[in-house]
Order: sequence, then C-alpha cells, then structure tokens
Amino acid sequence: MRVLPSGSTALLVELDGLDDVLGLYAALVEEPLPGVVDVVPAARTVLLVTDPAATALPDVEAAVRRVRPRPGRAGTGETVELPVHYDGADLPDVAALWDVHPDEVVRRHTGTGWTVAFCGFAPGFGYCTPDGDPWDVPRRDTPRTKVPPGSVGLAGPFSGVYPRESPGGWQLIGRTDVAVFDLHRDPAALLRPGVRVRFVAAS
Amino acid sequence: MTRAVTVLAPGPLTTVQDRGRPGQGALGVGRSGAADRAAAALANRLLGNDPDAALLEVTLGGLVLRAEADLLVVTTGARCAGAVAHNAPVPLPAGRELRLGMPATGLRTYVSLRGGLEVEPVLGSRSTDLLSGLGPPVVSAGDVLPVGPAAELLPGVDLAPLPDPPGGEVTVRVSPGPRRDWFGDDAWTALTARPWEVTAESNRVGVRLAGEPLRRETEGELPSEGMVRGALQVPPSGLPVLFLADAPVTGGYPVIGYVEDADVDRCAQLRPGQSLRLRA
Repeated sequence: MRVLPSGSTALLVELDGLDDVLGLYAALVEEPLPGVVDVVPAARTVLLVTDPAATALPDVEAAVRRVRPRPGRAGTGETVELPVHYDGADLPDVAALWDVHPDEVVRRHTGTGWTVAFCGFAPGFGYCTPDGDPWDVPRRDTPRTKVPPGSVGLAGPFSGVYPRESPGGWQLIGRTDVAVFDLHRDPAALLRPGVRVRFVAAS
Repeated sequence: MTRAVTVLAPGPLTTVQDRGRPGQGALGVGRSGAADRAAAALANRLLGNDPDAALLEVTLGGLVLRAEADLLVVTTGARCAGAVAHNAPVPLPAGRELRLGMPATGLRTYVSLRGGLEVEPVLGSRSTDLLSGLGPPVVSAGDVLPVGPAAELLPGVDLAPLPDPPGGEVTVRVSPGPRRDWFGDDAWTALTARPWEVTAESNRVGVRLAGEPLRRETEGELPSEGMVRGALQVPPSGLPVLFLADAPVTGGYPVIGYVEDADVDRCAQLRPGQSLRLRA
C-alpha cells in the first residue's frame, strides 16, 4: 500500500490491483473511517476524501494502514441479475476476435459471475470485472458518437452497461431493459462498487 | 403572494447551486456545488439562510430577475455594475427587478434570496452539474424559481467589508500531487516558477491554463483514479487543467499537484487572460 498526497483534503491509496481495491473498499464500507466523507475506488487506487474540520490527513493515513481488507470478492453482499438481449452490433466482431460462434460469447458472458469494481465515466456506470481469468477485449477502433442507454459492452478487462445515451468506444454485445441509473429510485445507481452481477439471456 | 423570482434574462450562464453532492463519488457522481464556495457561503450567512440553501451562480453578470413577493436579496463574489445589494442584504419588493451588469473584476456572482431557492433537488442537492448533467436545468428566461420560507433570524449585518476579486495576477499555494513523480524537477519548477494564463476554454469543470507545456518523464497510460477539486491534471498537451466544482470523479491523466483547498475558490473568479501563479 502506498499513500499518495492529493491536496489538503484527500489521500490517494495505491494498491497492487483490482482485488486489493475491492477488498479495501469492502472493508471501508463496512467500517467507515472517522472524518472520511467520500471513498472513491478505481482500477488501482482508493481515494479518501476527508472533512478537514473533523479529522487530519495523518490520522486518516494511520487509520487506513490499520484496515484489514476483506478477502476474496465477497463484495457488499448484494447481487443484481441483469437480463440482456444479446443482439449487440459488435457481437459478431467479438466472436470473430475469439474465433468462436457468437453463442459462445453469450455463454461466456452469462456463464461467469461479475463484481462491480468501481464507477466512472458517467454517474452509475459500473466497471464489472469477471470471476476467474481476466478478460481482454480491445475497444472499437472508432468510438461511436451515440451509444443508446442500456447497451451492454466489453472493453479491456471490463463489462459495463451504459446508464444513458453517450459517446463510447466499448464493443456492444447486447442491451438490457433495466435502468442501471434511475434518479427516482433509491439508490439511483444499481451497479455500485462491490455489487455482484449476473448477466442472463433475456427470453 | 407566492414567494418566487421570475428570470427575465439569465446572462451568459446562470445556474442554481448549493453545497453539492458529497459522498457519492463511488457511484460516479461528482461533488459539484458553488464554484466559489466562500462567496456562496457568505451570501447565505448574510441572509440568515441555512448553509445548504440554494442560490444563483451568475457568470459574467447579465442576470435580470423580478421579485414576485417581498423578498430580501444579497449578491457576493464578483461585484456587478448596478448591484445595489453587494455584500449587503437589501429588500427586493414584489414587482421590483434586480439587474446585474458586467462585473469589473471577477467572474462569478452569487445571488441569494432569504429562504433559499426551492427548486427540486436531485440526489440530495440542487446544484447543476454541467459535466454529468445532474441537477436542475441551466437557468433560462421565463423560469419562475420558488423561494423558501425564511428560517433563521436575520443576523443583522448591514455589510460584509470584503475586497473584490482581483483583476490582475493571482497567486495561490500548490503542493505536490499523487503523480508528481511522473514529472522531472524541471517540470515542477516550470509549474511553480512562471505565471500561467487563464484561457477562454475554462468553465465550471476546470480552469484551463496556457504557457510552456510541462514535459512528462514517465510514459505510459495511467489507470483512471479519483481526484477532487483543486487537482492540477496534465493531459498529453502538457498544459495543466485546474479542476473546479464540476470536476470528474476520476481522471486518467497524471495529477502533478493540488492547489490548497482554501485557495481554489479564488481560482473560480479568474477570467480568461488573467495570470495565475502557483507558489510551492
């Protein structure tokens, strides 16, 4: 663990990788550190944003070094099932890339459990990481200017669902009718860090 | 009569702001909120408003609004020509207009009404986040903005004597950021020795700076990582961006330094062409 400076209100904790981020984040959700108002996990780091009136950065650093990360990918204990229509425009490309039939792409996507590692890019966009061996799917050479909401995509080691229409370079393999970000729901974001995800083929 | 104001003209950009959406970074939801937090807080304090009360953030003046009831108003931050209520609350009787001209110096003026603006909150805040699109829509002509009931007693302050935002060079304190080691000592010296020019591409997301590009020593891609207001991020152009209220939650370019949190508010008042000095 490396603790890096991030101004007078925050600290950036750098870890070895995604599993360590998930373990530390799960521990910090379970037992929040005093004076820490926001915890932002990412691919290799966890940002701790503090309330300077409530704590001092050296105390937060000492406290985070004492935290025992949760082992494995237990996450936060919630599971979300997302029915997916596997009719994405890039499904044939991904299949060609792997030298398999498109059905096999669907089988692999539905055949493994996923965990939301972190959010980013847009509110409610969860970067989902698969159980087992990491995936590696190149982004599209030319990003789309408009990706419809609900699109299910692959990029690098991640799978994700576009919460709303936006530009995007992920390979689109399908779409879900489930709103992954809904301001009229509490919580608005379905795919929060630590949530377990299971993609199923919609009938 | 309903407590409300009607917007007759919004000027170049007027948004509703409060103290933002803290604690939701893990969902990809940024903090947002008033760009000059100190000026916004002062406006609410002068009116005895709740610190979380929503107000208007006016960019480069131009706002015209009409009171639909007997209200109390104050402006803070950039002093607009014709602003009678600057740092000093005054009554705005029903039917009376408040007209803000161009500020001589500074960029953002806060218009607070006693009781606060009661537009619909989104995820716990009435702030408009221009990056993510969350929050109330940008204020436009014809909007009728409801004003809440007066909560606390008036503090009884006639005037907060404060200097106006400066028009010349501004100096703020900077400390090394998480990826300071991606840059050589020459880059750090260049960052902190010479003044930077504020460009016209600046907005609520960040102040974009022009000057001699900073050279990176570590090549390769940085996995996105969390950052907060005050971060000085260096994109491939080598020209730093100083992030403000609507900063993204995570960024994929190295953050070389951070502007001291208390100094970031002053940066929100910088106008294009102004000079910014980052003192280590």
